[in-house]
Amino acid sequence: MKTDINWTALVIFVLFFALVTVMGFAASRWNRGVSHKGAHLDEWGLGGRNFGAWITWFLVGGDFYTAYTVIAVPALVYAVGAYGFFALPYTIIVYPIVFVIMPRLWHQAHRAGHVTAADVVWGQYGSRTLEFAVALTGVVATMPYIALQLLGMEAVIKALGLSGELPLAAAFVILALYTYSAGLRAPALIAFVKDLMIYIVVLVAVVLVPMKLGGYSAVFAAANDAFTAKGGATGLLLKPQQMLPFATLALGSALAAFMYPHTLTGIFASNSADTIRKNAVFLPAYTVLLGLIALLGFMAHAARLTVTNNNDVVPMLFNTLFPSWFAGFAFAAIAIGALVPAAVMSIGASNLFTRNFWKPYVKPDITPAGEQAVAKVVSLVVKAGALVFILFLPTKFALDLQLLGGVWILQTFPSVVFSAFSRWFRAPALLAGWAVGMVYGSWVAFADGTKPVHTFVFGGSSYAVYTGLLALVANIVVAVVLQAVLGGRRSGEEAAAVPRTGR
Amino acid sequence: MWILLLLPFIGLLWVPFYNHALPALFGFPFFYWYQLVWVPITSLLVWIVYRNGAREGERR
Repeated sequence: MKTDINWTALVIFVLFFALVTVMGFAASRWNRGVSHKGAHLDEWGLGGRNFGAWITWFLVGGDFYTAYTVIAVPALVYAVGAYGFFALPYTIIVYPIVFVIMPRLWHQAHRAGHVTAADVVWGQYGSRTLEFAVALTGVVATMPYIALQLLGMEAVIKALGLSGELPLAAAFVILALYTYSAGLRAPALIAFVKDLMIYIVVLVAVVLVPMKLGGYSAVFAAANDAFTAKGGATGLLLKPQQMLPFATLALGSALAAFMYPHTLTGIFASNSADTIRKNAVFLPAYTVLLGLIALLGFMAHAARLTVTNNNDVVPMLFNTLFPSWFAGFAFAAIAIGALVPAAVMSIGASNLFTRNFWKPYVKPDITPAGEQAVAKVVSLVVKAGALVFILFLPTKFALDLQLLGGVWILQTFPSVVFSAFSRWFRAPALLAGWAVGMVYGSWVAFADGTKPVHTFVFGGSSYAVYTGLLALVANIVVAVVLQAVLGGRRSGEEAAAVPRTGR
Repeated sequence: MWILLLLPFIGLLWVPFYNHALPALFGFPFFYWYQLVWVPITSLLVWIVYRNGAREGERR
């Protein structure tokens, strides 16, 4: 990796970073509409619940396909080959799931003024305990995810030749300030710039790079040679024992994807259920992009790159093959690509804290303006926490926690989603299912050395399955059995809470 | 109509069906272009279900 500062790239980088900073602060006055509620959590935390199909497309696209993805997916593909491509089936089958589930959740949220997944759970089941469980899972799963966005930013800052932690801290402080002032409108507006930049970078890369390297056949052949030399569970095709993990990782990740606070915030911020349905049709465009980004991992083999840290694959590829001005543009795209999800994640976590911890336990009579004030401060704390995380704790810790976070957030699926389709379940059964899923999933993952895949031996042959999906099955089985045993009796707490009006 | 939404799950989660190198397309092994082709197909399927629902007045 170059250690001297790449001045041309740095100037371009700073220029674009300055542009989005101005946009971030200006965003507080953007898209206010006639129905602006003044000081209200709906404004700061959900952008006024007013985003149409286009804004939602850019926002969710910019938020779901994170900067970390741009760095980590090619890194995994570079390291192991075909297995890293599970991200592709994952981000395809997620859209039928979104299409079926999310319009219903949006209606629930819209009718009752819910801001978070835990709000939905409280509204449907009237159980403070289940609400707390879902909110806590959301916050804990999101924190390491924010930290990983910083990791993506760190990789490109390093590629620019800057050393030390100051640039990263400075970028994050700027982000914290405009998120504080403009709320969800800031990442929504910046997402336009970010997504266009990423599209340009990737389209140029997938045309230009193979031309320099001798075409796609040569790219795949070079990768194949590298994997043959490397051996083990790597290759252009999946090994037989990798197929089940590949499929279950894709399915489990797809079910978990929109349980995260940042993705669900994008859903609740849209102006209608129809906006969400249209987006389920058009968001897959980003999946094409992701597939092309993943190929960068193979291109790195064709370019004969050797890296010490797999996360340096993409920045190094750009530095090697692009002129420095375009490398600067590409790095800016990735860094800005980290800002959008980091902002939405911190907003989602703040909404959870405010609505599901602060309001029920500290200040039940809080006004919407008070909620907004609390959430804004919490967003600063959340970001500071993520920065400390990356600067002072080993990177592996963030990676492991993010992985466990995926297992954990998936355990909220029954509580959040089932009520949109059936009135059969009650809070105690769902809570027991959640607890079993959390404990079982964490225990299995820890026992396997924080690996996402668990291997069974069954009838002489072994089967490896995504731990999160395994825990979800245990979760649902427990919930169904317990519900069948307990029957439809509502607890006292629940009966008292229903019917519950909006805010 | 809603049954159409199950097709991407079948097409993509039954991995042995597409874990092959051949036939290649534009230098892409089958494994890769097959998955990429599912992106527009899935969009189309969701769009068909969306259109159908809209016609039946589901547009709430």
